[in-house]
Amino acid sequence: MDELQEKAKQLLEAGTVQVVIGHAAGRGGRRPVFVRSPAQAGKLVHDDGCWQNLATYLGKPEVRKLGRAAVVASPPVLRAMVQLGAERQLGNDEVMALAVVTGGPVRTLATLAAIEGHLASLPDEPPAADRTELGRLAAMTVPERRAFWAEQLDRCVRCYACRASCPMCYCERCTMECNRPQWVPVASHALGNLEYHIVRAMHLAGRCVQCGTCGKSCPLGIPVHLLTLFAERSVQQHFGQGGKASGKPVFAMSTFRPEDSETFIR
Amino acid sequence: MSPEYQIGEGSLEALFAAITADGRRIWGPRAAAGCIEIGEIRSAGELARDQVHPISSAKAAAFPRVEKILSYRMDGKDVAIDDPPLPARPTVLFGLRPCEARGFCALGTILNWGTPDRFFNARMERTTVVSIACTRSDEACFCTAVGGGPDHPAGSDLLLHPLAQGGYDVVVLSDKGRALVALAPDRFEPARGAARIALAKIEAEFQAQEITEQLPRLFDHPIWSEQSLRCLGCGACAYVCPTCACFDIQDEADARRGVRLRCWDSCAFRLFTLHASGHNPRETQGQRWRQRVQHKFSYMPERLGVLGCVGCGKCSRACPVDMDFKEHLTEIAKFS
Repeated sequence: MDELQEKAKQLLEAGTVQVVIGHAAGRGGRRPVFVRSPAQAGKLVHDDGCWQNLATYLGKPEVRKLGRAAVVASPPVLRAMVQLGAERQLGNDEVMALAVVTGGPVRTLATLAAIEGHLASLPDEPPAADRTELGRLAAMTVPERRAFWAEQLDRCVRCYACRASCPMCYCERCTMECNRPQWVPVASHALGNLEYHIVRAMHLAGRCVQCGTCGKSCPLGIPVHLLTLFAERSVQQHFGQGGKASGKPVFAMSTFRPEDSETFIR
Repeated sequence: MSPEYQIGEGSLEALFAAITADGRRIWGPRAAAGCIEIGEIRSAGELARDQVHPISSAKAAAFPRVEKILSYRMDGKDVAIDDPPLPARPTVLFGLRPCEARGFCALGTILNWGTPDRFFNARMERTTVVSIACTRSDEACFCTAVGGGPDHPAGSDLLLHPLAQGGYDVVVLSDKGRALVALAPDRFEPARGAARIALAKIEAEFQAQEITEQLPRLFDHPIWSEQSLRCLGCGACAYVCPTCACFDIQDEADARRGVRLRCWDSCAFRLFTLHASGHNPRETQGQRWRQRVQHKFSYMPERLGVLGCVGCGKCSRACPVDMDFKEHLTEIAKFS
């Protein structure tokens, strides 16, 4: 039994948590698993194939019913927990993370402050492959970028796998589901798809935890995560914030300050 | 079924050219950024053939993800309704797997339940399905558990069997298939009994009948919430499924005019059954997952006499959290 399995087993044996949310072997890859007894702890694995952001499950009613949960948490999962805490979606008394870094030790973090402290020592940026893609997008002219996204988003079928897999898309009723009136076209035509993905990127700007799970979840391989990463990077550049390593974030897209330097807002 | 013809690898391009020259569009598996999908292809060179399955479904050719079903104008107190012209462009679906071709049988049955679906029917009447028998399968495949097989003829107009020497044996299954051969008659030679590549072996780990018999008893069973715990509630499974037929009606309108659209919908969505009162008869993901299985394996056989699943495994491959349909169904069948 490895260190992760051992620590999960101890938490379950002690009754500290009733469920450990992690990854297990699936059909040719990894899948999320909900370990509810010490005997099942041996199912847990952690490697680079474990890409789902498991913090997504913390708000799911069916999972909350199971009791207190520990989450096997890679850095993006930890960032999501801090951001969920800051947005009052996760109470400090609900926090239990088994922090993992591939090949590194497993650390048990039981408070948001402990997670913040742990994250302070880790780089807060998207994976190298995504940084390359972001660079490629940034180097495009606006018409080139528009053409790139028009082609990509034309393939979107609006299955909402991106939204469903995102830990920060926790709204019980998404703008897409507000149909009295219908704010955004839900049909998967060109305009509807463009509006949906722009709305999602704007709602994630300054909140995105840079896990890339939305893009990996897309059945058609549309790199939608590049939209939120791009928006996130813009917020960092223009407002000097984002990143989700702090439990006291300032929300760039929803904060009004009388002393704002932009005159249009006053 | 014995083949009438064979067609050489080198003749596919000429066949594609003849189909295009006849004014038909060709849809089939093609490489797209990040996956193999189904979409329009203009040459045989674009046809992707190495995959077990493309990720998306060919159903979009006859049941598009969004479709205008009427438009209207307010004229004083009157409403003027315009029916859009029925889709008329003939289509050839080339290189489908036999399971996906078979999916059109279930899809057509459910879309024509009660009221004939004239949009779907208009497209299907002008669609010719050319499938390629499977010489490979993967762990998501379970066609043989639901009455299909790697060379099952249902739903296909032509069935191609890959030959060891390259090219295909051609089995003609319908008049539409015969008409396609007639577009390039000199490209089809009489079959000569050339050696075929062996069909994929797909062991049936359960039989659909076991599940159909089992399901009425399992309505309140905890298995649904257990299996669906990791389900995220997206619509990926439904949108790649060759037989999922549910749709939503959306009006896009201003005060004077509007269009009515039908858009794919999925029983995995919370909004799918949410009532205007706020009550939701399928409040939990477990209840929504149960609906997916019950609908395909109990309600459709009971009411329409057809299974709602062809065992293609597309849902399993598309699922971001590996909700493995074959595995879940095998577990359900084990109760018997």
